Order: sequence, then structure tokens, then C-alpha cells
Amino acid sequence: MKFTLPIILVAVTAGLMTLALFGAGHSSGTVGIAAGSAVFSTKASTPEQGLNNLLADVQRRNWDRAYSALSTTSAGDRQSFIQDWTGSDGSLRSFSSLEGFQARPLHATNDDAQMRVRLHWTTPVGPIEDVRDFHLIREANTWKVAWPKMQISSVPAQIIPVTYLRWDLVSGSGSDEWGSKNVDAPHVRIISMNAVDSAEGAVVMGEVVNEDTIPAFVNVNAALVDGAGKAIDDESSFDKIDHVLLPKQVTPYRIDFPNINLKNVKNVRMDVKATLVPASADPVIGVMNQKVVSDVQGKSILQGDLMNESGQTVNIPHVIASFYDNNGKVIWVSDGYVNRALLPQSGQPFAVEIPKSLAGKVQSFHVVVNQYSLGRS
Amino acid sequence: MRRLLPICTAICLSTLCAAQDMHAPASAIAGEEATISTNGSGKATFYLLGPGVSRKSDVSLGSEVQLKAQDLQNAGEYFAVLCSDTCRSSSFYVTAAKPAGLTFLVHPSRVPVGQGDAVSGVALPFDQFRNLVLTPETVNFHLLEGTASVFSRSSQTRDGIAWFRTASQKSAGTLQVDASLGDLSARRAVQQVASDPCNLRIKGERTKAGILVQTEPVRDCAGNPVPDGTIVSFTATDGNGRSTVDAPIKQGVARAQLEAPGATVISVASGVAMGNELRIGAQP
Repeated sequence: MKFTLPIILVAVTAGLMTLALFGAGHSSGTVGIAAGSAVFSTKASTPEQGLNNLLADVQRRNWDRAYSALSTTSAGDRQSFIQDWTGSDGSLRSFSSLEGFQARPLHATNDDAQMRVRLHWTTPVGPIEDVRDFHLIREANTWKVAWPKMQISSVPAQIIPVTYLRWDLVSGSGSDEWGSKNVDAPHVRIISMNAVDSAEGAVVMGEVVNEDTIPAFVNVNAALVDGAGKAIDDESSFDKIDHVLLPKQVTPYRIDFPNINLKNVKNVRMDVKATLVPASADPVIGVMNQKVVSDVQGKSILQGDLMNESGQTVNIPHVIASFYDNNGKVIWVSDGYVNRALLPQSGQPFAVEIPKSLAGKVQSFHVVVNQYSLGRS
Repeated sequence: MRRLLPICTAICLSTLCAAQDMHAPASAIAGEEATISTNGSGKATFYLLGPGVSRKSDVSLGSEVQLKAQDLQNAGEYFAVLCSDTCRSSSFYVTAAKPAGLTFLVHPSRVPVGQGDAVSGVALPFDQFRNLVLTPETVNFHLLEGTASVFSRSSQTRDGIAWFRTASQKSAGTLQVDASLGDLSARRAVQQVASDPCNLRIKGERTKAGILVQTEPVRDCAGNPVPDGTIVSFTATDGNGRSTVDAPIKQGVARAQLEAPGATVISVASGVAMGNELRIGAQP
């Protein structure tokens, strides 16, 4: 009897190990690798093998072999090739790793091929998918990637005068007398709210304005309540909001309730919290050439260019966009992180997705840029 | 608990038995000594119960019981119990001493100009032992903009509270709010800030880098400069799409660089206030 439990434990452990060994290859969470893409072939006799070899080396950060295996027609130098994959200037890409990929051919002839690859990155802000087209050329019976010349932002040495504007928070000193140290919290207001069902669950979204003359750190919370007055779930806007709002600034917010259907919801309780924070009015980031278009995969996206009009590097730009219907109602809020750092006086493209079901209803949009800079809170 | 039981019992018994007598003062002042006179002869035990005080002592009947100043620091109702063969009790009230401090609450700390009943203040006098002074006292409220007096009112405390309410002034700046009671005073500051921008107007011109657009000095409807840091949103629409820049006001003016090579319409907004539209021709 006393050996029964250990025997069961050993048997279960062995069973789980067997499952792990034979089941991992079929896991949907590692799609790119499961497609056999991380396996290096000594000779790339097909375009798929040529591309797999490159991406396998990129995953392993084997830059020497990856660069030497590029086509002779490649235009970029080794440094820009590596920088394209590893990022620079504290950008999001420099904190990311290529977890997997899925490739499919677009067209192929005997001597060249075009492949489209979904690159799956792990990043500090969650998994990010990137779609990229590769051109492959057959050279001496080996398929190699023709690496294009990359446009890498560079900033000339210069002095950019900035009238530095900043709010500091001073706690009152002196007596501890009641009422002598009170500074009111910033006055912020939810100016719109809309709740919709999406494929992933219920979504509550809208916009918040800072009506005060001082900066505010803002967070929006929502609680879903059923017909009996019982709370079903409560969530916060987390990173789907521009938390630091300068005076009169408006930000979209979105609160996701996974696996909840609005038909079970009777009421939504909204709560916006604002606290006084030290803040800076720099950097100013312009959002240029905003357009709703279809991307190469046929998805509706809002694309544009971010332009850093200040003198400091923005390491991780974060774009949040609200979309309105013809009545001016917010019907969706999308966000997306930009992989590359935004150098002073330079730009970077961005794109955020619009759900297919809503793309036809979008009449207008509003984009705000949240920014994370190393060494600044 | 063990100590309170005989005291409570004594209070209860005192209503039934009355072999000796005592005379407590009708009222006393916090922090001042008081006496209780007793009748009879022999020894007795004296109990004093009050807010934050519980004291027992042996006394001689027929003499006065001295209540020390430190036993009467808290305002409120006190019980005196005298026990010999039987017990006798009496109660008296200790009122707050003269005001020694003024607590002053002013709300809000920031207020837009020209708002009715937007500034309020409450003053509460306390004595040196932090007892709320409930006897009516006259508090003077005085509001100053710079050196100019804009509001003055005397108000009597009622149940220990005096208050005022008034409108914010027309000019942005610090509003000094004073409350005084005798030689006591307290000072607070209310920041009066500009209201929403009014008559927001922009001008712009093409430069090598695009269109440089800037506002005229941004002011509210009363002519106060809107504080630096307030966000002004510029939107340029041309054939290539829409470009927006949220620029903060710096030194009274917001400016932005917009990329729009074609014929462009530029609009401006700050919060809920809209400005004029500007039409700029295509880049030559």
C-alpha cells in the first residue's frame, strides 16, 4: 500500500513527459517553429529552405553565418543587417526576440521567389506579429535571400533649442496643520463611452479629457453588472490609454473583458481616477499622413508616420487611435507599439488594425502617441 | 473593565443611597482647576470620570475636593462620585477654553476664473487642548488679489464652525484667503486659472520642412493667458490624408510643424474650444 502513491506519481510523470515529447510539435502556440522553420539545412535547394536557414540563424543570433549566406545582390551592409533584426537606441525591437515564423510563397520561378513571412516576436509588451516579404534568388543551385538596403534613421549632430516646460510637484512643508497641505486632484472627465461585443469578449471604450490646468495621471476602470446588481467582472484600461494627460488633452481608452458577452450585462459602472504627477510637455510627436487603407493581407489599417519634433529620443512609441462613426460615436479603439525608436527630428511609420466588421463604419479617427523613454518615468 | 465595574456599581447605588452630599460646579473650563464641596464627616472615596479621564482618590468629607487642571483638559461631560457608607454622584460639563488655534479649510485649491460660488472656506476654532470651541466667536474672512482686497466678511461660529462662499475673480493669479479670530489667523492660497481658450486663432506659412503653423496668444474669454502646457491640437487635411500634432502652449503660443505638400486645410482645437480654419495652397 505504501508503494502505491509513489508508483502512481512516477507513472503520471512518465506519461506527461511522453506527452510533452510527442505533443510539442503539434502545439499551436509555436506555429513558426512547428512548421520546421528553425531547422538548418546544409544546402538550401528550395526557396523555403533558403529562407528557413536565414531565419534559423537570426533566431540563434548567428549573425556571421546569416550575413554570409545572403545573396551577392544584397544591398545592405553587415551592420545595418544586424541592426534591422536587433534594433537600436533602446527601441522595442532591442528588447524582443524572434520566437517563430510562418512562411508562404507568393510566387516562384526557377531563379527567384517571393516569400511572405509572419514573424512572431516576444516583447516586453506582449507577443507582436510582423509581416514581411523576402526576395530569394537562386545562386549556384542554392537559394539565398536578397537583402534590401534598409533605411536606418540617423540624426546629424545639432543643437535643438527647447523651451523646456515641466510641472514639478511640491509637497507643502512647515506645519502639519489640517487643511494646510491640500492640493486638489486634477479634474478629468469621461467624454464618451461605448460598450460592444467583439470576438474576444466585451469591450468598453471611449475618451477622457483632462479639463484641468495641470497634468494628470489617469486610469479608467469599469465594472460590468448583471441584472441582479451583482458585479460580473471589473477591469482597467491598463496600457490601452495615454496615462499622462497634459491640460486639455484627450486620450482614447479601451477596457477588455475577455470571454464575457454583453447580453449578460445590465449596467456598466465607470470610474476614472486622476492623480497629480510631475510631467513634461516634451517631446512633441506629430502624427502625419494618417490614412485608412488595406494592407497586403487585405486587412483595414490606419497608417501614418510619427514625427518627433523634439530634441530627445523616444525609445518606444505607442500609438492609440479612436475611430468614430458618422455620428461622432467612438466605435473602436486600437493600439500598437512601434518597433523602432523615434530619433529627434525624424519619423517612423506606424499602423494599427481596424476590425473587419467595423472598417466600413469608420468615418473619422483620432490618434494620440504615448511614449516611453529610457531614464524617464 | 475590572476597575470600571465598582465605579459603575457606585454610580447606580448613588441614586438609591444619600448619606453624604457634594456640590459640583455647574460648568468648568478646560485646563482650569475646579473644586467640589462635600458635606458630612469621616473618610470617603472620590471618583472622577470624564472624556479620557478616570481617577480615584481618598478624601475627607466636609472639605473641598480639588480637581487638577490636567484632569479637566478634555471638553465634555464629567461624573463625580463620592462613596462612604453609601455613594452619591453629580455631573458637570467642561467647556473648551478660549481659542488658541484656527483650523481653516479652503476649497478648491485651483479654480477657473469667473465661476459663481466657486470658492468656499470653513474655519473651526480650537483651544490649546484641541477642543472645538462651541461658544460663538467672530471670524473675519478676507480675500486678497495681490494687495487688493476683493472680499471681506465677518461670520459668527455656529456649533464651532464659521464659513463663507464666494465667486472666483476675473483675473488669473493667486487668491490669498485669510481667516482671523482675535490675534489668531490662518492663510491659504487658491490658484485662479484661466478658463477654456476663447477666440482661438492660427496663422501659418509654408517652409522647407512643411507648414509651420502657430496660434496667436491663447487667452480665455476674460483675456487671461491660458497656462503654458495646455494642449492645442492642429489638424491638417490634404490629399495624402490627415496630419495631427498635439502641441503644448509655450510662452503663450502653441506652434507645430505639419507635413502636407498639397492644398491643405488646417484646423485647431483645444479641449472643447474650436478655432479658425486656415487654407494653404499646394507646395509650388
